[in-house]
Amino acid sequence: MTAAMGTGGRQWKRPPLIKSPLLRWGLVVGGAAYLAVVFGTMDVNWSRVADGFPRGQRFLASFFPPDFVSRAADIWEGILESLWITIISTVFGILISIPVGLGAARNLAPRPVYLLSRAILAISRTFPEIIIALFAVKLFGFGPFAGFIALSIGTIGFYGKLLAEDIEDMDPGQAEAVKATGAGWFQWLNYAVQPQVMPRMIGLGMYRFDINFRESAVVGIVGGGGIGATLLTSFDRYEFDSAAAILLIIIGIVMAVEYSSSYIRKWVQ
Amino acid sequence: MPVQQSNGAKVWQRRDRGTQFTIWGIQFVCLAVFAFCWQLISDKTIWEFVYDAPRQANDMASRMVPPAWDYMDKLWLAIWDTINIATLGTLMAVVMAFPIAFLAARNTTPSKALIRPVALFIIVSSRSINSLLWALMLVTIIGPGVLAGVLAIGFRSIGFCAKLLYEAIEEIDTTQVEAVTATGASGPQILNYGIVPQIMPAFAGISVFRWDINIRESTVLGLVGAGGIGLQLSASINNVAWTQVSLILLVILGTVIVSEWVSAKVRHAII
Repeated sequence: MTAAMGTGGRQWKRPPLIKSPLLRWGLVVGGAAYLAVVFGTMDVNWSRVADGFPRGQRFLASFFPPDFVSRAADIWEGILESLWITIISTVFGILISIPVGLGAARNLAPRPVYLLSRAILAISRTFPEIIIALFAVKLFGFGPFAGFIALSIGTIGFYGKLLAEDIEDMDPGQAEAVKATGAGWFQWLNYAVQPQVMPRMIGLGMYRFDINFRESAVVGIVGGGGIGATLLTSFDRYEFDSAAAILLIIIGIVMAVEYSSSYIRKWVQ
Repeated sequence: MPVQQSNGAKVWQRRDRGTQFTIWGIQFVCLAVFAFCWQLISDKTIWEFVYDAPRQANDMASRMVPPAWDYMDKLWLAIWDTINIATLGTLMAVVMAFPIAFLAARNTTPSKALIRPVALFIIVSSRSINSLLWALMLVTIIGPGVLAGVLAIGFRSIGFCAKLLYEAIEEIDTTQVEAVTATGASGPQILNYGIVPQIMPAFAGISVFRWDINIRESTVLGLVGAGGIGLQLSASINNVAWTQVSLILLVILGTVIVSEWVSAKVRHAII
């Protein structure tokens, strides 16, 4: 707390968030300079933006009411495809990430396996799913298979890393106790490691399911199947009322998945 | 722990019969659902392409080396745009998320019945729509360019920042608020001196964390025309200029690693 001597006695001043004044003012000046440069160099076509306002209004108006009916068959198919992609890629990704995660846990795996698994995790985590999907589409052709591959790779990176960290944090006492009974490696895994990490991993699996659904709505934009393709088409044709319906459905499903996943997580833990 | 008698000897089992059957049942249902979904996806897949994929991947990889280093001159502007999209978007998001978080937190909201649900709805709808979808919408409305990217990142991040922030507000230490109240402070003064100082570190941490995520996301916004390096990526892919593609991928990798490093450093300094 800083107390400055004033003429009328001691006056209290609120302590600043950043203590060093040099750093504080440096950040302020640097931030202001950066913003000035950015707004100077940013290339915005304001007349085009102004043109967009009526269109934006039309888009907002199309939410009241959205048109669920005229493209119902396409929307339904897209949503189902997204769901299939989500389910398959979550299951597949988790199945593959279990051995990788076990290998990436320092207290479990020998050094070379550890390094290899960590490298796999790092590679699959680096690029956004959408870029992976772009390449998957090039390799496997248009359709849900490409989306499935992209989301599975994303899942491996996410789930494997968290699994490895969870195993590294486990209670070594229980592991030692099981080992002392003469259990083999798989028995040890099954009775000492798995029960300790299971509740958290089920929760994370639900969470990843949630993420995968959100992403599956996007991979369609680059040709990976699912509801994203339907949405892209309806935007391209300026059919805003169908687009609004699709967006509302996506929000609804994401909310439902999020609530049920948090419910299941509470129930498991 | 369930122990069963068989021929007079006690046998330890991991689970009792009911639990075991339930688990088997759940596993069976999951397997059936998986098989069903797999069937549907495999129907829509052209398997010849999939079998051909390893050869294709080899081919693509061989066309990618060496990266076209001289293309780098054209990428600097794209990198600058990408960073700006992420930074301005984050700035916009935190400015808007701050009041929304106070409206959504149970202990600071002016009205639990009226305003809190509205604030929560804003948070949920912002979070449910991926930034790429926001970008798609905004490009259709205000045209392609950096501005659409900034707004897309901003809209997507409002929900994220506001959610984490309102959770932080709900977990504050109430004794400090009480102490400030006891001095006779008014409502805004309580907010200013009792609550805000407590959440400032969390606020700064959330902003930097989101900035890091936004750098990652802004690299792909160009795929739908919202500016940044994704624009160059999709152009190079469409021109099948694979040496440029590999350079762009390296640049994205570098940007992501640097931003992750910066964000880790800053968060370490704050917390």
